[in-house]
Amino acid sequence: MSAPRIIEEQRAMATYSTNEFKAGLKLLLDGDPQSIVENEFVKPGKGQAFSRVKLRNLRTGRVLEKTFKSGESVEAADVMDTEMQYLYTDGEFWHFMVPDTFEQYAVGEAALGDSGQWLKEQDICTVTLWNGEPLSVVPPSFTELKITQCDPGLRGDTAQGGTKPATLESGAVVKVPLFVEEGETVKVDTRNGEYVSRV
Amino acid sequence: MTDWRPGAAPARAARARLLAGLRAFFAARGVLEVETPILSRGAPQDPMLESWEAQAPGGEQGYLQTSPEYPMKRLLADGAPDIYQIARVFRGGESGPRHNPEFTLLEWYRLGLDHHALAREVVALIADQAAQSPDWHAPRGCEAVAYADLFRSTLGVDPTEADAVELERVAGDHGLTIRGGLDRDGWLDALISLVIAPGFPPDRLTILCDYPESQAVLARPCADRPGYAARFELYWGGLELANGYHELTDPVVFRSRRERDIAIRRARGQPLPPADRHLEGALEAGLPDCAGVALGVDRLLMRLLGASRIDQVIDFPWA
Repeated sequence: MSAPRIIEEQRAMATYSTNEFKAGLKLLLDGDPQSIVENEFVKPGKGQAFSRVKLRNLRTGRVLEKTFKSGESVEAADVMDTEMQYLYTDGEFWHFMVPDTFEQYAVGEAALGDSGQWLKEQDICTVTLWNGEPLSVVPPSFTELKITQCDPGLRGDTAQGGTKPATLESGAVVKVPLFVEEGETVKVDTRNGEYVSRV
Repeated sequence: MTDWRPGAAPARAARARLLAGLRAFFAARGVLEVETPILSRGAPQDPMLESWEAQAPGGEQGYLQTSPEYPMKRLLADGAPDIYQIARVFRGGESGPRHNPEFTLLEWYRLGLDHHALAREVVALIADQAAQSPDWHAPRGCEAVAYADLFRSTLGVDPTEADAVELERVAGDHGLTIRGGLDRDGWLDALISLVIAPGFPPDRLTILCDYPESQAVLARPCADRPGYAARFELYWGGLELANGYHELTDPVVFRSRRERDIAIRRARGQPLPPADRHLEGALEAGLPDCAGVALGVDRLLMRLLGASRIDQVIDFPWA
Protein backbone atom coordinates (compact mmCIF):
# COMPACT_ATOMS: atom_id res chain seq x y z
CA MET A 1 0.00 0.00 0.00
CA SER A 2 2.49 2.65 -1.14
CA ALA A 3 1.56 6.31 -0.88
CA PRO A 4 2.40 7.25 -4.50
CA ARG A 5 -0.04 4.64 -5.76
CA ILE A 6 -2.86 6.11 -3.70
CA ILE A 7 -2.15 9.56 -5.08
CA GLU A 8 -2.08 8.14 -8.56
CA GLU A 9 -5.51 6.60 -8.07
CA GLN A 10 -6.78 9.80 -6.47
CA ARG A 11 -8.44 7.85 -3.66
CA ALA A 12 -7.62 5.86 -0.56
CA MET A 13 -7.68 2.11 -0.98
CA ALA A 14 -10.77 0.73 0.72
CA THR A 15 -10.33 -2.47 2.72
CA TYR A 16 -12.62 -4.82 4.57
CA SER A 17 -11.77 -6.66 7.77
CA THR A 18 -12.98 -10.27 8.19
CA ASN A 19 -15.55 -9.09 10.73
CA GLU A 20 -17.23 -7.06 7.97
CA PHE A 21 -17.41 -10.05 5.62
CA LYS A 22 -20.89 -10.88 4.38
CA ALA A 23 -22.49 -12.31 1.27
CA GLY A 24 -22.28 -9.94 -1.70
CA LEU A 25 -19.15 -8.07 -0.57
CA LYS A 26 -16.66 -7.57 -3.44
CA LEU A 27 -12.98 -8.19 -2.68
CA LEU A 28 -9.81 -7.95 -4.72
CA LEU A 29 -7.97 -11.24 -4.24
CA ASP A 30 -5.09 -12.70 -6.24
CA GLY A 31 -5.54 -9.86 -8.71
CA ASP A 32 -9.16 -10.71 -9.47
CA PRO A 33 -12.43 -9.20 -8.27
CA GLN A 34 -14.30 -11.76 -6.19
CA SER A 35 -17.70 -11.73 -4.56
CA ILE A 36 -18.42 -13.38 -1.20
CA VAL A 37 -21.04 -16.10 -1.62
CA GLU A 38 -20.92 -17.38 1.94
CA ASN A 39 -18.93 -16.50 5.04
CA GLU A 40 -18.60 -18.84 8.00
CA PHE A 41 -17.09 -17.89 11.35
CA VAL A 42 -15.05 -20.78 12.78
CA LYS A 43 -13.43 -20.70 16.21
CA PRO A 44 -12.48 -23.22 18.85
CA GLY A 45 -13.82 -21.97 22.21
CA LYS A 46 -10.35 -21.19 23.54
CA GLY A 47 -8.53 -20.73 20.25
CA GLN A 48 -7.87 -18.73 17.12
CA ALA A 49 -10.84 -17.50 15.07
CA PHE A 50 -11.06 -17.93 11.28
CA SER A 51 -13.33 -16.87 8.45
CA ARG A 52 -14.05 -19.61 5.97
CA VAL A 53 -15.26 -17.87 2.84
CA LYS A 54 -16.80 -19.09 -0.38
CA LEU A 55 -15.93 -16.67 -3.17
CA ARG A 56 -17.04 -16.30 -6.76
CA ASN A 57 -14.35 -15.00 -9.09
CA LEU A 58 -16.21 -12.34 -11.05
CA ARG A 59 -13.87 -12.62 -14.00
CA THR A 60 -13.86 -16.41 -14.42
CA GLY A 61 -17.10 -17.28 -12.63
CA ARG A 62 -15.29 -19.97 -10.67
CA VAL A 63 -16.25 -20.52 -7.03
CA LEU A 64 -13.62 -21.44 -4.48
CA GLU A 65 -13.13 -21.50 -0.75
CA LYS A 66 -10.57 -19.45 1.15
CA THR A 67 -9.71 -19.28 4.83
CA PHE A 68 -8.66 -16.08 6.58
CA LYS A 69 -7.27 -15.53 10.04
CA SER A 70 -9.81 -13.33 11.84
CA GLY A 71 -8.86 -9.68 11.79
CA GLU A 72 -7.16 -9.83 8.38
CA SER A 73 -7.96 -7.03 5.98
CA VAL A 74 -8.58 -7.44 2.29
CA GLU A 75 -8.68 -4.78 -0.40
CA ALA A 76 -12.14 -3.96 -1.71
CA ALA A 77 -12.77 -4.47 -5.42
CA ASP A 78 -14.15 -1.42 -7.22
CA VAL A 79 -17.07 -3.33 -8.71
CA MET A 80 -20.31 -1.63 -9.71
CA ASP A 81 -23.55 -2.86 -11.24
CA THR A 82 -24.86 -0.43 -13.87
CA GLU A 83 -28.07 -0.50 -15.90
CA MET A 84 -27.25 -0.22 -19.60
CA GLN A 85 -29.08 -0.49 -22.87
CA TYR A 86 -27.85 -3.07 -25.37
CA LEU A 87 -27.23 -1.37 -28.72
CA TYR A 88 -25.73 -3.80 -31.24
CA THR A 89 -22.89 -6.22 -31.90
CA ASP A 90 -20.17 -5.86 -34.51
CA GLY A 91 -19.38 -9.55 -34.23
CA GLU A 92 -16.40 -9.01 -31.94
CA PHE A 93 -17.86 -6.72 -29.29
CA TRP A 94 -21.31 -6.16 -27.87
CA HIS A 95 -22.01 -2.47 -27.37
CA PHE A 96 -23.95 -1.07 -24.43
CA MET A 97 -24.91 2.47 -23.41
CA VAL A 98 -25.73 4.11 -20.08
CA PRO A 99 -29.07 5.77 -20.91
CA ASP A 100 -28.52 8.85 -18.69
CA THR A 101 -25.01 9.72 -19.82
CA PHE A 102 -24.84 8.12 -23.28
CA GLU A 103 -21.54 6.62 -22.13
CA GLN A 104 -20.78 3.53 -24.20
CA TYR A 105 -19.07 0.28 -23.26
CA ALA A 106 -17.82 -2.52 -25.51
CA VAL A 107 -18.17 -5.99 -23.97
CA GLY A 108 -16.02 -8.86 -25.24
CA GLU A 109 -17.14 -12.44 -25.62
CA ALA A 110 -15.44 -13.65 -22.42
CA ALA A 111 -17.31 -11.15 -20.24
CA LEU A 112 -20.55 -11.66 -22.12
CA GLY A 113 -20.56 -15.42 -21.56
CA ASP A 114 -23.90 -17.16 -22.08
CA SER A 115 -25.81 -13.90 -21.74
CA GLY A 116 -25.28 -13.15 -25.44
CA GLN A 117 -27.86 -15.69 -26.50
CA TRP A 118 -30.68 -13.65 -24.87
CA LEU A 119 -29.77 -10.16 -26.06
CA LYS A 120 -32.20 -8.11 -28.12
CA GLU A 121 -31.43 -4.59 -29.20
CA GLN A 122 -32.63 -1.89 -26.74
CA ASP A 123 -32.98 -4.35 -23.83
CA ILE A 124 -31.95 -2.90 -20.48
CA CYS A 125 -29.28 -5.16 -18.94
CA THR A 126 -27.19 -5.07 -15.77
CA VAL A 127 -23.53 -4.66 -16.67
CA THR A 128 -21.01 -5.25 -13.90
CA LEU A 129 -18.01 -2.94 -14.16
CA TRP A 130 -14.66 -3.43 -12.44
CA ASN A 131 -12.46 -0.34 -12.56
CA GLY A 132 -14.58 0.70 -15.52
CA GLU A 133 -14.07 -2.62 -17.36
CA PRO A 134 -17.15 -4.72 -18.11
CA LEU A 135 -16.97 -8.02 -16.20
CA SER A 136 -20.32 -9.57 -16.90
CA VAL A 137 -23.77 -8.90 -18.33
CA VAL A 138 -27.08 -10.01 -16.86
CA PRO A 139 -29.98 -9.78 -19.34
CA PRO A 140 -33.54 -8.96 -18.19
CA SER A 141 -35.04 -11.91 -16.27
CA PHE A 142 -37.79 -12.21 -18.86
CA THR A 143 -37.47 -11.49 -22.54
CA GLU A 144 -39.69 -11.87 -25.58
CA LEU A 145 -38.08 -13.34 -28.67
CA LYS A 146 -39.26 -14.51 -32.08
CA ILE A 147 -38.84 -18.15 -33.14
CA THR A 148 -36.71 -18.24 -36.29
CA GLN A 149 -36.68 -22.00 -36.66
CA CYS A 150 -38.59 -24.98 -35.30
CA ASP A 151 -40.19 -28.14 -36.63
CA PRO A 152 -43.96 -28.20 -37.09
CA GLY A 153 -45.74 -29.63 -34.03
CA LEU A 154 -47.07 -33.15 -34.41
CA ARG A 155 -50.43 -33.90 -32.83
CA GLY A 156 -50.15 -36.52 -30.06
CA ASP A 157 -46.34 -36.71 -30.21
CA THR A 158 -45.22 -37.00 -26.58
CA ALA A 159 -41.94 -38.80 -27.19
CA GLN A 160 -39.96 -35.73 -26.02
CA GLY A 161 -42.23 -34.92 -23.08
CA GLY A 162 -44.46 -32.79 -25.26
CA THR A 163 -41.76 -30.28 -26.20
CA LYS A 164 -39.52 -29.55 -29.16
CA PRO A 165 -36.43 -27.37 -29.62
CA ALA A 166 -36.91 -23.91 -31.10
CA THR A 167 -34.21 -21.48 -32.23
CA LEU A 168 -34.88 -17.86 -31.27
CA GLU A 169 -33.86 -14.68 -33.11
CA SER A 170 -31.10 -14.07 -30.55
CA GLY A 171 -29.56 -17.50 -31.23
CA ALA A 172 -30.77 -19.28 -28.07
CA VAL A 173 -32.39 -22.70 -28.36
CA VAL A 174 -35.26 -23.36 -25.92
CA LYS A 175 -37.74 -26.18 -25.47
CA VAL A 176 -41.25 -25.08 -26.42
CA PRO A 177 -44.60 -26.93 -26.34
CA LEU A 178 -45.54 -28.76 -29.54
CA PHE A 179 -48.32 -26.29 -30.41
CA VAL A 180 -45.92 -23.36 -30.73
CA GLU A 181 -45.02 -22.52 -34.34
CA GLU A 182 -42.12 -20.91 -36.19
CA GLY A 183 -42.57 -17.12 -36.55
CA GLU A 184 -44.38 -16.78 -33.22
CA THR A 185 -42.96 -14.72 -30.35
CA VAL A 186 -42.44 -16.42 -26.98
CA LYS A 187 -41.67 -15.22 -23.46
CA VAL A 188 -38.59 -16.87 -21.89
CA ASP A 189 -37.07 -16.84 -18.40
CA THR A 190 -33.41 -16.05 -19.08
CA ARG A 191 -32.29 -17.20 -15.61
CA ASN A 192 -33.05 -20.87 -16.36
CA GLY A 193 -33.62 -20.72 -20.11
CA GLU A 194 -37.17 -21.99 -19.83
CA TYR A 195 -40.17 -21.18 -22.02
CA VAL A 196 -42.86 -19.25 -20.12
CA SER A 197 -45.66 -18.53 -22.60
CA ARG A 198 -46.68 -17.45 -26.07
CA VAL A 199 -46.94 -13.70 -26.54
CA MET B 1 -42.99 -3.96 9.25
CA THR B 2 -40.05 -5.04 11.37
CA ASP B 3 -39.02 -8.64 11.40
CA TRP B 4 -40.28 -8.93 14.97
CA ARG B 5 -41.03 -12.61 15.09
CA PRO B 6 -38.78 -14.77 17.32
CA GLY B 7 -37.00 -17.34 15.21
CA ALA B 8 -36.84 -20.60 17.17
CA ALA B 9 -40.43 -21.60 17.99
CA PRO B 10 -39.86 -25.32 17.24
CA ALA B 11 -37.03 -25.45 19.80
CA ARG B 12 -38.78 -23.47 22.55
CA ALA B 13 -40.32 -26.33 24.52
CA ALA B 14 -37.23 -28.49 24.01
CA ARG B 15 -35.05 -25.79 25.56
CA ALA B 16 -37.25 -25.65 28.68
CA ARG B 17 -37.18 -29.42 28.89
CA LEU B 18 -33.39 -29.54 28.54
CA LEU B 19 -32.87 -26.89 31.25
CA ALA B 20 -35.16 -28.84 33.61
CA GLY B 21 -33.34 -32.06 32.70
CA LEU B 22 -29.93 -30.55 33.45
CA ARG B 23 -31.12 -29.34 36.84
CA ALA B 24 -32.57 -32.79 37.61
CA PHE B 25 -29.26 -34.43 36.63
CA PHE B 26 -27.32 -32.33 39.13
CA ALA B 27 -29.98 -32.55 41.84
CA ALA B 28 -29.79 -36.34 41.65
CA ARG B 29 -26.01 -36.17 42.05
CA GLY B 30 -26.03 -33.72 44.91
CA VAL B 31 -24.42 -30.86 42.97
CA LEU B 32 -25.42 -27.42 44.25
CA GLU B 33 -26.79 -24.79 41.87
CA VAL B 34 -25.20 -21.36 42.30
CA GLU B 35 -25.51 -17.91 40.78
CA THR B 36 -22.69 -15.44 40.25
CA PRO B 37 -22.68 -11.95 38.69
CA ILE B 38 -22.90 -11.47 34.95
CA LEU B 39 -21.28 -8.05 35.34
CA SER B 40 -17.80 -7.86 36.82
CA ARG B 41 -15.11 -5.24 37.40
CA GLY B 42 -12.34 -7.23 35.76
CA ALA B 43 -12.05 -9.50 32.75
CA PRO B 44 -9.95 -12.53 31.85
CA GLN B 45 -6.72 -11.77 29.99
CA ASP B 46 -7.01 -14.80 27.67
CA PRO B 47 -6.04 -13.35 24.26
CA MET B 48 -8.53 -15.67 22.51
CA LEU B 49 -11.54 -14.16 24.30
CA GLU B 50 -12.81 -10.61 24.01
CA SER B 51 -15.09 -9.28 26.73
CA TRP B 52 -18.02 -6.96 26.09
CA GLU B 53 -17.58 -3.74 27.96
CA ALA B 54 -20.47 -2.28 29.91
CA GLN B 55 -20.66 1.30 31.01
CA ALA B 56 -23.07 3.02 33.37
CA PRO B 57 -24.11 6.61 32.56
CA GLY B 58 -22.14 7.84 35.59
CA GLY B 59 -18.96 6.40 34.11
CA GLU B 60 -18.76 3.19 36.11
CA GLN B 61 -17.05 0.57 33.97
CA GLY B 62 -17.67 -3.18 33.97
CA TYR B 63 -17.36 -6.27 31.79
CA LEU B 64 -19.91 -8.91 30.85
CA GLN B 65 -18.61 -12.34 31.81
CA THR B 66 -17.16 -14.65 29.17
CA SER B 67 -17.76 -17.51 31.62
CA PRO B 68 -18.58 -17.79 35.35
CA GLU B 69 -15.26 -19.54 35.99
CA TYR B 70 -13.58 -16.98 38.25
CA PRO B 71 -16.38 -16.40 40.76
CA MET B 72 -17.20 -20.13 40.85
CA LYS B 73 -13.60 -20.89 41.76
CA ARG B 74 -13.82 -18.31 44.52
CA LEU B 75 -16.85 -20.19 45.85
CA LEU B 76 -14.83 -23.43 45.82
CA ALA B 77 -11.90 -21.79 47.60
CA ASP B 78 -14.44 -20.54 50.15
CA GLY B 79 -15.44 -24.12 50.95
CA ALA B 80 -18.38 -24.66 48.57
CA PRO B 81 -19.12 -28.29 47.69
CA ASP B 82 -19.61 -29.54 44.10
CA ILE B 83 -21.36 -26.69 42.26
CA TYR B 84 -22.97 -25.94 38.90
CA GLN B 85 -24.41 -22.93 37.17
CA ILE B 86 -26.46 -22.31 34.04
CA ALA B 87 -25.12 -18.91 33.06
CA ARG B 88 -25.54 -16.39 30.30
CA VAL B 89 -22.15 -15.47 28.90
CA PHE B 90 -20.95 -12.98 26.29
CA ARG B 91 -18.07 -13.09 23.84
CA GLY B 92 -17.11 -10.23 21.57
CA GLY B 93 -16.90 -10.78 17.84
CA GLU B 94 -18.25 -14.34 17.90
CA SER B 95 -21.12 -14.64 15.47
CA GLY B 96 -21.80 -17.34 12.90
CA PRO B 97 -23.63 -20.59 12.20
CA ARG B 98 -22.28 -22.07 15.45
CA HIS B 99 -21.75 -18.90 17.46
CA ASN B 100 -23.96 -16.30 19.05
CA PRO B 101 -22.18 -13.58 21.05
CA GLU B 102 -24.57 -14.20 23.96
CA PHE B 103 -25.14 -17.83 24.85
CA THR B 104 -26.00 -20.21 27.65
CA LEU B 105 -23.12 -21.97 29.35
CA LEU B 106 -23.47 -24.85 31.79
CA GLU B 107 -20.43 -24.86 34.04
CA TRP B 108 -19.76 -27.30 36.85
CA TYR B 109 -16.99 -28.29 39.27
CA ARG B 110 -16.36 -31.63 40.94
CA LEU B 111 -14.09 -31.94 43.94
CA GLY B 112 -11.48 -34.69 43.83
CA LEU B 113 -12.05 -35.60 40.16
CA ASP B 114 -9.51 -35.31 37.38
CA HIS B 115 -10.28 -34.27 33.78
CA HIS B 116 -10.69 -37.87 32.59
CA ALA B 117 -13.32 -38.65 35.22
CA LEU B 118 -15.13 -35.35 34.57
CA ALA B 119 -15.16 -36.02 30.81
CA ARG B 120 -16.94 -39.31 31.56
CA GLU B 121 -19.54 -37.40 33.57
CA VAL B 122 -20.11 -35.04 30.62
CA VAL B 123 -20.78 -38.09 28.43
CA ALA B 124 -23.21 -39.45 31.07
CA LEU B 125 -24.98 -36.08 31.20
CA ILE B 126 -25.45 -36.00 27.42
CA ALA B 127 -26.76 -39.58 27.36
CA ASP B 128 -29.13 -38.73 30.21
CA GLN B 129 -30.51 -35.69 28.38
CA ALA B 130 -30.79 -37.48 25.04
CA ALA B 131 -32.95 -40.12 26.74
CA GLN B 132 -35.54 -37.47 27.70
CA SER B 133 -37.45 -37.75 24.45
CA PRO B 134 -37.68 -40.40 21.74
CA ASP B 135 -37.69 -37.53 19.23
CA TRP B 136 -34.28 -36.31 20.30
CA HIS B 137 -31.05 -37.42 18.70
CA ALA B 138 -28.68 -39.45 20.84
CA PRO B 139 -24.95 -39.85 20.27
CA ARG B 140 -23.72 -43.27 19.16
CA GLY B 141 -20.55 -44.26 20.91
CA CYS B 142 -17.75 -42.27 22.41
CA GLU B 143 -14.04 -42.31 21.78
CA ALA B 144 -11.39 -40.78 24.01
CA VAL B 145 -8.13 -39.84 22.34
CA ALA B 146 -5.09 -37.85 23.41
CA TYR B 147 -4.43 -34.65 21.45
CA ALA B 148 -0.91 -35.74 20.50
CA ASP B 149 -2.03 -39.24 19.43
CA LEU B 150 -4.78 -37.77 17.24
CA PHE B 151 -2.34 -35.44 15.46
CA ARG B 152 0.09 -38.30 14.93
CA SER B 153 -2.53 -40.75 13.64
CA THR B 154 -4.50 -38.36 11.40
CA LEU B 155 -1.79 -35.93 10.22
CA GLY B 156 1.45 -37.76 10.97
CA VAL B 157 2.85 -34.86 12.95
CA ASP B 158 3.78 -34.27 16.57
CA PRO B 159 1.87 -31.18 17.78
CA THR B 160 4.51 -29.99 20.23
CA GLU B 161 7.62 -30.81 18.19
CA ALA B 162 6.43 -29.36 14.88
CA ASP B 163 6.92 -25.63 14.35
CA ALA B 164 4.56 -23.25 12.54
CA VAL B 165 6.29 -23.82 9.20
CA GLU B 166 5.86 -27.58 9.35
CA LEU B 167 2.24 -27.30 10.51
CA GLU B 168 1.56 -24.93 7.61
CA ARG B 169 2.99 -27.53 5.24
CA VAL B 170 0.82 -30.28 6.80
CA ALA B 171 -2.23 -28.04 6.40
CA GLY B 172 -1.30 -27.42 2.78
CA ASP B 173 -1.10 -31.19 2.22
CA HIS B 174 -4.73 -31.29 3.35
CA GLY B 175 -5.79 -28.47 1.04
CA LEU B 176 -5.82 -25.79 3.74
CA THR B 177 -4.09 -22.47 3.16
CA ILE B 178 -4.78 -19.46 5.36
CA ARG B 179 -4.31 -15.77 4.71
CA GLY B 180 -2.73 -14.03 7.69
CA GLY B 181 0.28 -15.18 9.64
CA LEU B 182 -0.28 -17.85 12.27
CA ASP B 183 1.97 -19.00 15.07
CA ARG B 184 2.24 -22.65 16.11
CA ASP B 185 -0.86 -22.57 18.31
CA GLY B 186 -2.79 -20.80 15.56
CA TRP B 187 -1.94 -23.60 13.14
CA LEU B 188 -2.86 -26.24 15.73
CA ASP B 189 -6.27 -24.56 16.13
CA ALA B 190 -6.68 -24.39 12.37
CA LEU B 191 -5.85 -28.07 11.94
CA ILE B 192 -8.22 -29.15 14.72
CA SER B 193 -11.13 -26.94 13.59
CA LEU B 194 -10.80 -27.13 9.82
CA VAL B 195 -9.17 -30.49 9.10
CA ILE B 196 -9.51 -32.95 12.01
CA ALA B 197 -12.85 -32.21 13.74
CA PRO B 198 -14.89 -32.01 10.48
CA GLY B 199 -13.83 -35.65 9.95
CA PHE B 200 -15.18 -36.95 13.27
CA PRO B 201 -18.08 -39.41 12.71
CA PRO B 202 -21.24 -37.25 12.92
CA ASP B 203 -23.01 -39.21 15.68
CA ARG B 204 -20.00 -40.01 17.81
CA LEU B 205 -18.77 -38.19 20.90
CA THR B 206 -15.04 -37.54 20.91
CA ILE B 207 -13.14 -36.69 24.07
CA LEU B 208 -9.94 -34.95 23.06
CA CYS B 209 -7.67 -34.87 26.10
CA ASP B 210 -4.26 -33.63 27.21
CA TYR B 211 -3.69 -30.43 25.20
CA PRO B 212 -0.25 -28.95 24.51
CA GLU B 213 0.86 -26.88 27.50
CA SER B 214 0.83 -23.72 25.34
CA GLN B 215 -2.97 -24.21 25.24
CA ALA B 216 -3.36 -25.11 28.91
CA VAL B 217 -5.42 -21.99 29.76
CA LEU B 218 -6.30 -22.84 33.39
CA ALA B 219 -5.56 -26.58 33.36
CA ARG B 220 -2.76 -27.98 35.50
CA PRO B 221 0.24 -29.57 33.77
CA CYS B 222 -0.20 -33.30 33.05
CA ALA B 223 1.60 -35.36 35.67
CA ASP B 224 2.18 -38.29 33.32
CA ARG B 225 2.69 -36.43 30.02
CA PRO B 226 5.37 -33.72 30.12
CA GLY B 227 4.68 -30.75 27.83
CA TYR B 228 0.91 -31.30 28.00
CA ALA B 229 -1.88 -30.01 30.20
CA ALA B 230 -4.79 -31.79 31.89
CA ARG B 231 -7.40 -30.27 29.60
CA PHE B 232 -10.12 -31.91 27.52
CA GLU B 233 -12.66 -30.92 24.94
CA LEU B 234 -15.76 -32.86 24.02
CA TYR B 235 -17.11 -32.95 20.47
CA TRP B 236 -20.42 -34.31 19.23
CA GLY B 237 -19.61 -35.11 15.62
CA GLY B 238 -17.55 -32.11 14.50
CA LEU B 239 -19.24 -29.70 16.91
CA GLU B 240 -17.27 -28.62 19.96
CA LEU B 241 -19.57 -28.84 22.99
CA ALA B 242 -17.45 -28.62 26.14
CA ASN B 243 -14.06 -27.63 27.49
CA GLY B 244 -12.76 -28.86 30.84
CA TYR B 245 -9.71 -28.92 33.08
CA HIS B 246 -8.18 -30.69 35.97
CA GLU B 247 -7.93 -27.28 37.51
CA LEU B 248 -4.73 -25.39 38.00
CA THR B 249 -4.36 -24.60 41.71
CA ASP B 250 -0.82 -23.22 41.76
CA PRO B 251 -0.93 -19.40 42.02
CA VAL B 252 2.65 -19.08 40.76
CA VAL B 253 1.85 -20.88 37.49
CA PHE B 254 -1.40 -18.90 37.25
CA ARG B 255 0.51 -15.61 37.47
CA SER B 256 3.11 -16.61 34.90
CA ARG B 257 0.41 -17.65 32.40
CA ARG B 258 -1.45 -14.41 33.00
CA GLU B 259 1.72 -12.42 32.36
CA ARG B 260 2.20 -14.34 29.11
CA ASP B 261 -1.41 -13.61 28.08
CA ILE B 262 -0.98 -9.91 28.83
CA ALA B 263 2.25 -9.84 26.80
CA ILE B 264 0.44 -11.45 23.84
CA ARG B 265 -2.44 -8.95 24.11
CA ARG B 266 0.01 -6.07 24.22
CA ALA B 267 1.99 -7.38 21.22
CA ARG B 268 -1.17 -7.83 19.16
CA GLY B 269 -2.64 -4.48 20.12
CA GLN B 270 -5.66 -6.08 21.81
CA PRO B 271 -7.54 -4.27 24.58
CA LEU B 272 -6.12 -4.73 28.07
CA PRO B 273 -9.05 -4.85 30.49
CA PRO B 274 -8.26 -4.78 34.21
CA ALA B 275 -7.58 -8.24 35.63
CA ASP B 276 -9.78 -9.79 38.30
CA ARG B 277 -7.52 -9.68 41.37
CA HIS B 278 -9.74 -11.92 43.47
CA LEU B 279 -9.09 -15.21 41.69
CA GLU B 280 -5.41 -14.85 42.45
CA GLY B 281 -6.30 -14.32 46.10
CA ALA B 282 -8.54 -17.39 46.06
CA LEU B 283 -5.72 -19.49 44.59
CA GLU B 284 -3.35 -18.18 47.27
CA ALA B 285 -5.87 -19.17 49.93
CA GLY B 286 -6.19 -22.60 48.31
CA LEU B 287 -8.42 -23.95 45.57
CA PRO B 288 -9.31 -27.56 46.42
CA ASP B 289 -8.26 -30.33 44.03
CA CYS B 290 -11.07 -30.33 41.47
CA ALA B 291 -12.05 -30.60 37.84
CA GLY B 292 -14.32 -28.15 36.04
CA VAL B 293 -16.05 -28.02 32.68
CA ALA B 294 -18.14 -25.58 30.63
CA LEU B 295 -20.67 -26.91 28.14
CA GLY B 296 -22.51 -24.90 25.48
CA VAL B 297 -26.20 -25.51 26.17
CA ASP B 298 -27.38 -24.01 22.86
CA ARG B 299 -25.04 -26.31 20.95
CA LEU B 300 -26.16 -29.35 22.94
CA LEU B 301 -29.74 -28.41 22.05
CA MET B 302 -28.71 -28.09 18.38
CA ARG B 303 -27.37 -31.63 18.40
CA LEU B 304 -30.32 -33.10 20.35
CA LEU B 305 -32.73 -31.58 17.83
CA GLY B 306 -30.56 -32.18 14.77
CA ALA B 307 -30.31 -28.44 14.04
CA SER B 308 -27.43 -27.27 11.87
CA ARG B 309 -27.42 -23.58 12.89
CA ILE B 310 -27.41 -22.05 16.34
CA ASP B 311 -30.11 -19.53 15.39
CA GLN B 312 -32.50 -22.47 14.98
CA VAL B 313 -32.44 -22.91 18.76
CA ILE B 314 -32.16 -19.26 19.90
CA ASP B 315 -35.35 -17.20 19.64
CA PHE B 316 -33.55 -13.87 19.60
CA PRO B 317 -30.14 -14.30 17.97
CA TRP B 318 -27.88 -11.27 17.84
CA ALA B 319 -27.01 -11.40 14.14
